[in-house]
Amino acid sequence: MTDILFLTEILVAALLVIGAVFTLIGSYGLLKLDQPMKRLHAPTKASTLGVGSLLLASMIHGFTSGEASLHELLVMAFLFATAPISGNFIAKVHLHRQRGGKELPAPPSEERWATYSEQ
Amino acid sequence: MSRRLTRKLLPHPMLSTLLVVVWCLLINDLTLGTVVFGAILGILIPISTAAYWPDRPKITRPLRLVSYAMIVIWDIIVANVQVAMIVLFKPNADMSPNWVLIPLDLRTPEAITLLAGTITLTPGTVSTDLSSDGRALLVHALDAPDPDAVRDEIKTRYERRLKEIFE
Repeated sequence: MTDILFLTEILVAALLVIGAVFTLIGSYGLLKLDQPMKRLHAPTKASTLGVGSLLLASMIHGFTSGEASLHELLVMAFLFATAPISGNFIAKVHLHRQRGGKELPAPPSEERWATYSEQ
Repeated sequence: MSRRLTRKLLPHPMLSTLLVVVWCLLINDLTLGTVVFGAILGILIPISTAAYWPDRPKITRPLRLVSYAMIVIWDIIVANVQVAMIVLFKPNADMSPNWVLIPLDLRTPEAITLLAGTITLTPGTVSTDLSSDGRALLVHALDAPDPDAVRDEIKTRYERRLKEIFE
């Protein structure tokens, strides 16, 4: 029994370290990358694998210490549903600041990109 | 008669199930009272919001959605490691950030939303914009020397599966 507890503790510790490392890399990427669109890639990383493994660690710890909780599943679900939307909004702001977007590839049809369609 | 009644009471069975599950998770407890109250919410909310879902898509194969989620989670893990390596060890000047144009075969708005969300969640690509007729997606890739390869991978790996689920 103590062996199992010891093993889960190692697992929880490993997941915490993995989550922390990926969150750190996400923040470091925000500093290191030099263009706004490249910078946008860093937070998507931190919010998926980083937070994901931290929450998994919290769930495993909860189950072994007898306070089982599945709230983390909801946190993950809402995070995965909302993270792309905030990312998309930041990207749209970037497109607006470019005013016209000449560096973008043109859509295949005669249409424009939706961000510019009302100009 | 009974089928029409079920339809009226449960216009959106999958939403109802989801509401019951989310309610039980929020309360963090699986007793009869929680499930019953969740079921009441699961019946009332879809009925009162049915007017906002005029042409909701029919999901013909819900199990495929589960396998799709598994594939996406696996890809998120793999791509996270790849992008971490790029961020840590590749100098800024050596990266080739690129815009990728993805012509869409999907027509269902919900499926396109899912595809755009998947693209943003898998690190290395962020979906940026949709063309105003909804037939092409603009994606930014962090390090893609060959934008066509990114486009083909997204089309075969995600879009084909979503098309099977929604259309």
